Amino acid sequence: MARVEVKKTYKLFVGGKFPRSESGRSYQPAGAPQVNVPRGSRKDLRDAVVAARKGYGDWSGRTGYNRGQIVYRLAEMLETRKDSLAEEIRACTDSTAAAAKKETESVIDLTTWYAGLCDKLQSLLGSQNSVSGPFFNFSTVEPTGVVTVIAPNQPSLLGLFGVMLPVLVGGNSVIALVSEDAPLAGMALGELLAVSDVPGGVVNLLCGKRDELEPQIASHRDIDAILKAGKPDPAMGEAAADSVKRVRYADLSDPQWKKPAEMRSLLWVEPFVEVKTFWHPVAY
Amino acid sequence: MTSVSPTEFRVPPVDAVALDTRAAELATRSIKKDAKRDGLRMVVSMTDLTTLEGMDSPGKVRALCQKAKLPLATDPSLGPVGAVCVYPDLVSVAVEALEGTGVQVAAVATAFPSGRSSREVKLEDTKMAVDAGATEIDMVIDRGAFLAGQYGLVFDEICAVKEACGDAHLKVILETGELRTYDNVRRASRIALLAGADFIKTSTGKVSPASTMPVVLLMLESVRDHYLETGRLVGVKAAGGIKTAKQALRYLVMVNETVGDHWLDPNYFRFGASSLLNDVLMQWVRLTSGTYQRPEDFSKD
Amino acid sequence: MAGKQATQSAAKPTLSFGEKWCYAPAPEATDHFEVADRHELFINGEFVKPKSGQYFDTINPATEEKISEVALANAADVDRAAKAAKKAAESWRKLPGEHRARYVFRIARILQERAREFAALESLDGGKPIREARDVDVPLAAAHFFYHAGWADKLDLAFPGERPEPIGVVGQVIPWNFPLLMAAWKLAPALACGNTVVLKPAETTPLTALRLAEVMQQAELPPGVVNIVTGAGETGGAVVEHPAMDKVAFTGSTAVGKAIQKALAGKGTDLTLELGGKAAHVIFEDAAIDQAVEGVVRGIYFNQGHVCCAGSRLLLQESIHDIFVQKLARRIERIRVGDPMDKNTDMGAINSQEQLARIEALVKSGEEEGAVLHQSSCTLPKKGFWFAPSFFTGVSQTNRVVQDEIFGPVLSILTFRTPEEAVEKANNTPYGLSAGIWTDKGSRILWMADRMRAGVIWNNTYNRFDPASPFGGFKESGFGREGGRQGMRAYLRFPGSLSQ
Repeated sequence: MARVEVKKTYKLFVGGKFPRSESGRSYQPAGAPQVNVPRGSRKDLRDAVVAARKGYGDWSGRTGYNRGQIVYRLAEMLETRKDSLAEEIRACTDSTAAAAKKETESVIDLTTWYAGLCDKLQSLLGSQNSVSGPFFNFSTVEPTGVVTVIAPNQPSLLGLFGVMLPVLVGGNSVIALVSEDAPLAGMALGELLAVSDVPGGVVNLLCGKRDELEPQIASHRDIDAILKAGKPDPAMGEAAADSVKRVRYADLSDPQWKKPAEMRSLLWVEPFVEVKTFWHPVAY
Repeated sequence: MTSVSPTEFRVPPVDAVALDTRAAELATRSIKKDAKRDGLRMVVSMTDLTTLEGMDSPGKVRALCQKAKLPLATDPSLGPVGAVCVYPDLVSVAVEALEGTGVQVAAVATAFPSGRSSREVKLEDTKMAVDAGATEIDMVIDRGAFLAGQYGLVFDEICAVKEACGDAHLKVILETGELRTYDNVRRASRIALLAGADFIKTSTGKVSPASTMPVVLLMLESVRDHYLETGRLVGVKAAGGIKTAKQALRYLVMVNETVGDHWLDPNYFRFGASSLLNDVLMQWVRLTSGTYQRPEDFSKD
Repeated sequence: MAGKQATQSAAKPTLSFGEKWCYAPAPEATDHFEVADRHELFINGEFVKPKSGQYFDTINPATEEKISEVALANAADVDRAAKAAKKAAESWRKLPGEHRARYVFRIARILQERAREFAALESLDGGKPIREARDVDVPLAAAHFFYHAGWADKLDLAFPGERPEPIGVVGQVIPWNFPLLMAAWKLAPALACGNTVVLKPAETTPLTALRLAEVMQQAELPPGVVNIVTGAGETGGAVVEHPAMDKVAFTGSTAVGKAIQKALAGKGTDLTLELGGKAAHVIFEDAAIDQAVEGVVRGIYFNQGHVCCAGSRLLLQESIHDIFVQKLARRIERIRVGDPMDKNTDMGAINSQEQLARIEALVKSGEEEGAVLHQSSCTLPKKGFWFAPSFFTGVSQTNRVVQDEIFGPVLSILTFRTPEEAVEKANNTPYGLSAGIWTDKGSRILWMADRMRAGVIWNNTYNRFDPASPFGGFKESGFGREGGRQGMRAYLRFPGSLSQ
């Protein structure tokens, strides 16, 4: 007699915990209509922002080296779970096994690339500035704050990492809205984050309906920046302007999204760090 | 023995760049017409006409005293200067030459300019000058002790000299060029103020840098705070390196805008200088006559 | 012995000022330059009459007298300027960096040569003291051109491997507080990076920007590379929303900045914003107190407080509150307020009637909310727009004078007990442009500077600017930097970067 499998309940990942949507709602993603996933609500977003704000305090205060260690640890965790992640990719897409495997490997490669970037950002984006006067003047970069990233629908996992990692390594905390149609691999990421050393609240995962959540994300005043996969979006930009949010769009073609090289870029990190310039007199 | 707790010598730190900036800002004031005339007149009255050379002679001191009384023969409205400043052995010459003029006779003492002698010798030096009739004593602090952190010693010595001065006013030379840091200047000022100085003075004129605007600004802030704290007015003397009327007016601007009217008075602000006076006179004649002057027309003493 | 000399007088010792020596007027000469009765638009290298046919007056805020009339650019005029810029962009971007550098160097030199004239005109048109225009605005403006000129042929060195390219046509809208300097901040990097520009100066202070157009002519800058259109908000709106703009750079109020961000949302236009501020200026008890007082004065009374990064919230460690307030009260009496053209004036006229009304309204609200107003007893001129150096004590975090940007010579003083409390109060604002810290303790400075959410941190100094030093805000103070290598990024595009 065949064994009766235990099925996983997909939950949100907020503040290091796995809550159901406070709305009690779920939906069946287009790619996997047999699965129920939580349909995140406005209040779930609110909770995620509160958690992310806390997570930001912790994450932004860590050294680049420590962040690098943790992101590398995440890569290690991904490596051990790559087969199950590939299955979750396939569960809601028509990816071949080979393609899903390649996607998870690309995710691991990308994570490793970004792990090694954490403690280089000051050298790459900061500077010492020679001002005309008896002052020591330098510029450092600091994380912008709480950043919401909106992953592309496809590729579901690589796309998520593509928008999440550049934001995360800069020291921001992240609220990620995972692929609406293919959320399983993205939502499973919480299970890895919970056991890597990423502090609670630093990465928060929501899934749900874009149309419902995006306007809430755009207008939430305690979100400092947005990185959205897709074309520039006037409605989002207009609402975001109310709190002078930094808004960027990763407007890649489908083939580009599949190339990790496109996402390995300092140019994707730079909009989510703030340059701080420090003056101090030099004298005795 | 020190009767003041060492904690009394604590002073707020000084930010050098900000102090320099403020002094430079005040140096941009534009002093014209009546303000210049009034300023130059004050500068003359605040000048300690000084000769401190090994080759000084009674004749030179008499000539200097003559100039002190009437700096500009063609304009008796100007002067006299604040004081004539000489070495102790020439005090009697100056006293005689200046009798009844109101011009003070200042003597440098306490093993000027280095201060490197015993306490006894320094006090003896002071008494000799006072006995000869000096009404002001310009002493030097013990920089060796100061830089070694022996603030109590420095304080005690100033107290002792003050006592030896009797009724003569005591000007305490900090020799800021050797103290090097503004923090030291501020602390030395504090020590001198607590020890009873009537004036604090920048320099002997023998060490470079001598008086600078930021140093004097800092000393003005010290006497201001001391006055507000204790009600006792202490003067400031900027000495050494002030050669032009323009420079002197900039100092006066600092006095005017930092400590104000009480110090715009020869009893509380002085310039120690030898060549300054001639430039001031030249500017004065230029102001009153409208034409530029040549240095050769002014007596060099 | 110590007791002997401390002869405490019965009356409380007080200082007295101004009775013995007053400065004679020292007016800046104006006979070495002319100001035309009418100023036209600068489009395609020429001064042209506006299609609108309209002109508006620019007045001297210190006297309320009309200085000149200035062309009012309407949408058609802006379109003409934008087309000129678009046309010029093709050849300007292809010009070798070295050649662009030469033009920008020339501009820097000509500004230095004509410094006195620019300073005087800036003071006349905007009300700022000639001392500041002469010693700060004009030399810094020249320095900005000089600094950026040197980048023009080194873009690949600035961003190795990132393949920088010019953006194209840039629309720039600048404020009235530093009219020439802001024009320099905007134009210098734009030109060095190979962009062409439509610049809109503020309506109350258009004259130095228009004179800068003469400098562009003298420098033989190719026609259309810089175009200057004058007018008020409507003209600015036309510049910002013109379809030819590949990038918009704005310096001004947060409210207008948000409106621009909205207007450009989703259009793919690059945008940088340098907006308002309500900077915290934190003084610890171990600070160099007299210099800190100077720093506070420089922080809030510089340029009549019309400074986006003004240190308008003073946070004093509780233990020094009283002595600091005494020193500050004494110090503001020494600020010489009056004729901006007098070389001894420290604080000039408020830029406009409108701004004066805003300052007065906010100060009134402060008094109504129970704060204690301290004001210099200086005599203000009868004509013109004036406000005495002022500060509030007894304010609380919720008062409007603590929350709102006053953009005038008005400081609000709060206290704190611990470094954590100082940081919390400092960051308790939607703004994040700048902050000041005064303490003698190095480790504390770094700890504080790390936690202050602001783009520029002045430690044991305040209101220092340099073209090599990136400037710009966190949070609602805007985004993008001006100055330094980081500032160049705002005028370049890079293959593979995210869209805005």
